[in-house]
Amino acid sequence: MSDDDRLLTGWGGTAPSRARAVTACVHDVADAVTAAGPRGIIARGLGRSYGDPAQNAGGDVLAPLPSRIDLDEGTGIVRASAGTSLHELIRAALPRGWFVPVTPGTRYVTLGGAIAADVHGKNHHRDGGFGAHVRELRLVTADGSERTVSPEQDAELFWATVGGMGLTGVITEATVAMMPVESSLVRVHTRRIDDLATLMTAMREADRAATYSVAWIDTLARGRHLGRSVLTTGEHATATEARAAGRSGAGVPREPLRVVPPRVPGGLVNRASIRAFNELWFRRAPRDRRGELQGIGQFFHPLDGIADWNRLYGSAGFVQYQLVLPDRSEDVLPVVLERVAERGHPSFLSVLKRLGDEGPGLLSFPLRGWTLAMDLPAGRDLEPLLRELDELVLSAGGRHYLAKDARMSAHTFDAGYPRAAAFRRVRDRVDPDRVFCSDLARRLEL
Amino acid sequence: MINALGRPQHVLLLGGTSDIARAAARAWARESEGLRVTLAARPGGGRDAAVAELEALGARVAVLDFDAEDTAGHPELVRRAAAERDVDVAVVAFGVLGDEEQAWQDHDSAVEHARVNYVGAVSVGVPLAELVRRQGHGVIVALSSVAGERARRSNFVYGSTKAGMDAFYVGLGLALRGTGAHVVVVRPGHVRTKMTAGRADAPLATDPEVVAAAIVDGVARRRDIVWVPGAMRGVMSAIRHLPRPVFRRLPL
Repeated sequence: MSDDDRLLTGWGGTAPSRARAVTACVHDVADAVTAAGPRGIIARGLGRSYGDPAQNAGGDVLAPLPSRIDLDEGTGIVRASAGTSLHELIRAALPRGWFVPVTPGTRYVTLGGAIAADVHGKNHHRDGGFGAHVRELRLVTADGSERTVSPEQDAELFWATVGGMGLTGVITEATVAMMPVESSLVRVHTRRIDDLATLMTAMREADRAATYSVAWIDTLARGRHLGRSVLTTGEHATATEARAAGRSGAGVPREPLRVVPPRVPGGLVNRASIRAFNELWFRRAPRDRRGELQGIGQFFHPLDGIADWNRLYGSAGFVQYQLVLPDRSEDVLPVVLERVAERGHPSFLSVLKRLGDEGPGLLSFPLRGWTLAMDLPAGRDLEPLLRELDELVLSAGGRHYLAKDARMSAHTFDAGYPRAAAFRRVRDRVDPDRVFCSDLARRLEL
Repeated sequence: MINALGRPQHVLLLGGTSDIARAAARAWARESEGLRVTLAARPGGGRDAAVAELEALGARVAVLDFDAEDTAGHPELVRRAAAERDVDVAVVAFGVLGDEEQAWQDHDSAVEHARVNYVGAVSVGVPLAELVRRQGHGVIVALSSVAGERARRSNFVYGSTKAGMDAFYVGLGLALRGTGAHVVVVRPGHVRTKMTAGRADAPLATDPEVVAAAIVDGVARRRDIVWVPGAMRGVMSAIRHLPRPVFRRLPL
C-alpha cells in the first residue's frame, strides 16, 4: 500500500475535498478497509461520476485495482477485476465476438463503478441496467471479510451493492454475462426532429423497434421548436453487413485525442458558444439517414474522442442534472425544458432517453419513463432553478441520478428513493459503523 | 457537506447575533432546506430572537454559549460545534465598535477592542483551521472591514484590530491551500447594523442583506477576498495610495 493526500473532485470539477489516496492490490483491500480512520474509506474508479460519490473529505479514497480480464469465449462470461475499465473490456472482448451488455456514454468507467452506479445505456428499455447482467461479485465488507454475493447468494446485499455507490463495501471482482455481436459496427438511423411531441412519439416507437435509442436536444430552442433534436437509433451490424460495406468489422475503439490543455480560462462555455454549438450540431445532422455503419466509439461514446473535455468549463466547473420522469407524468417533460429555456441557462448536448422498468437495485436510478440529462455551467443563479426543477421532478414521481448528482438535498434524495430506508437497513447490517463513507453519503445522510 | 453550487448543510455562526451573520444564515436557509445552524453567542434575548427567526425559515438551530474574550474556551467550543456533523461554513462575525474618540483615550475601551476583534478572532481561527483541515473541507468566512485597509484618524482603533484580523485570515487562507479548506475574507464598508446605529451613513453605505448575498456568492465561488460593495475595492485602493500629506488633510 502507498498513500498520499490529494484534492479530489468529480467529473464536473465542483466542491473539491481532500482525502488520502490509498493504492492497494487485490490482496490487501481488506487491510486498507480495516485500517481506515474515523472518516472512513470509499473506492474510486476513473472519477467519471459528476459529483461527490468518489470523494471522502478527510478520509481515505481507494484507487482502482489493476485491470484483469478472464473471458470465456464460448459462453461470453467474463470475470474481471473491479478496476478494469469498460474501454479495456471492450478492446479485449470485441475481437472475440463479445460486447458489454450495457455501456454508458463513456467507456472510461471501471467495472466496479458501473456496478456501484448501476449504469444504464441506450438499451435500457430493452436490456435493463448494468446490474441485471452481473452474475456475481466479490465484495470486501467493513469487517474486512471478502464474500461472494449474487442474486442467489445474499441477494439483499447484492442488490444494495448494485447502485449502492460503493457504500456497502469494495467490489474487487465481478462476473458479467457479455452480449454476442457479429461485428464491431452499429447500423444507425439518424433523423432530425423539429419539436418535442414528434420526438416523444418517435422514441416511444423506438422502444419496440430499436435496441439502442437516444436523442440530443437543443435546450435553447423555445416555442414551437421546443424539443428540437437529433434522434439516433441503432442495431449491431451483422457480419454480412460489415463485409458488404468492405469493413472487416473487427475494429476496436481508439484512444482519445489529448487536445484540451490542463487549464482553460473560465467563460469559454457560455450562452453564445453553446447556442452556436447546438445550431451546428443540429444542422450537420442528416434529415433522415438510414443504414449508416458506425464504429462502437462513434455511436456509443462520441465524447470519449476528446480526453478531458470537462476542463472546457474552466475552474468553476459544471453540474450534470439528470432526472427521470415516469411515463404517467411525461407531460412534465416540456415544463422542465421550458423552465430551463426561459431562464436562459445554456446546456449543450442535453440527452433524452427512454428507460425501461425499475430494477431490483435499492438505489438504482431507472424508472420506466423518460430521462433527461443536461450539462449546465456552475453559475450564480443555477441553484434556485435546479431547486424548482427538483420539486417538479419529485411531484411527478421522478428522481435524480446519483452518479450525476452533485447538489441535491438529503430530503430530495429520500423523497425520490423510497427504498433508501431498506438500503440503510442493509448498511446497518454489514457496516454499522459506517466505515464506507463518501462526501455524497454525508450530503445525502446515507 | 457543501454542494456543487456552494450551498452548505451546516453553518456555524461565531457572534451569532451579528446582523450580518444573521442575514447570511437567512440567505442560506432560504436555499438549503433543513439547513443546520449552530449559533455561538452570548445567551439572551438577541440570541433567542436569532433562533426564532431562523427556525421560522425551516432551519434547525442549535445554540452554544460564546464569549469572544474567553479565549481558553474557544477550542472546546469549536469541537462541540462539530461534534455531531461537519461544519461546512464557519462565519467569524463577532466584533465591537465603540466610541472612537473614547477608544484611543480610554484604556479599557482600547483593550476591549483589541481583545474581541483581534485576539478573539485569532483565538477562534486556530481551532477552526484545525477543524477544517481534519474534515478535508470547509469554508471559514472572516468578517473584516475596509477600516483595516489603511488606519484613518476617525476610527484607527477599530481599524487596527480589523487590520490585524484581516492579515491573520488572509494568511490562514494561504496556509490552508491544498487542504480542501478555504478562507473567504469579507471587507464591507459602512453597513447599517445595530453596531453602527446612530452613526451617519458613510459613502457607499450598505445593508446586511447585501453583505450576506456577497458572502453566499463568495463561498459558492471560492473567492479569497470579497469587497462589499464591489466598488469599495477601488475606493480603498485610492485611499491607500494617497500621499500622507494629502491623506492627513482629508476628513477621513
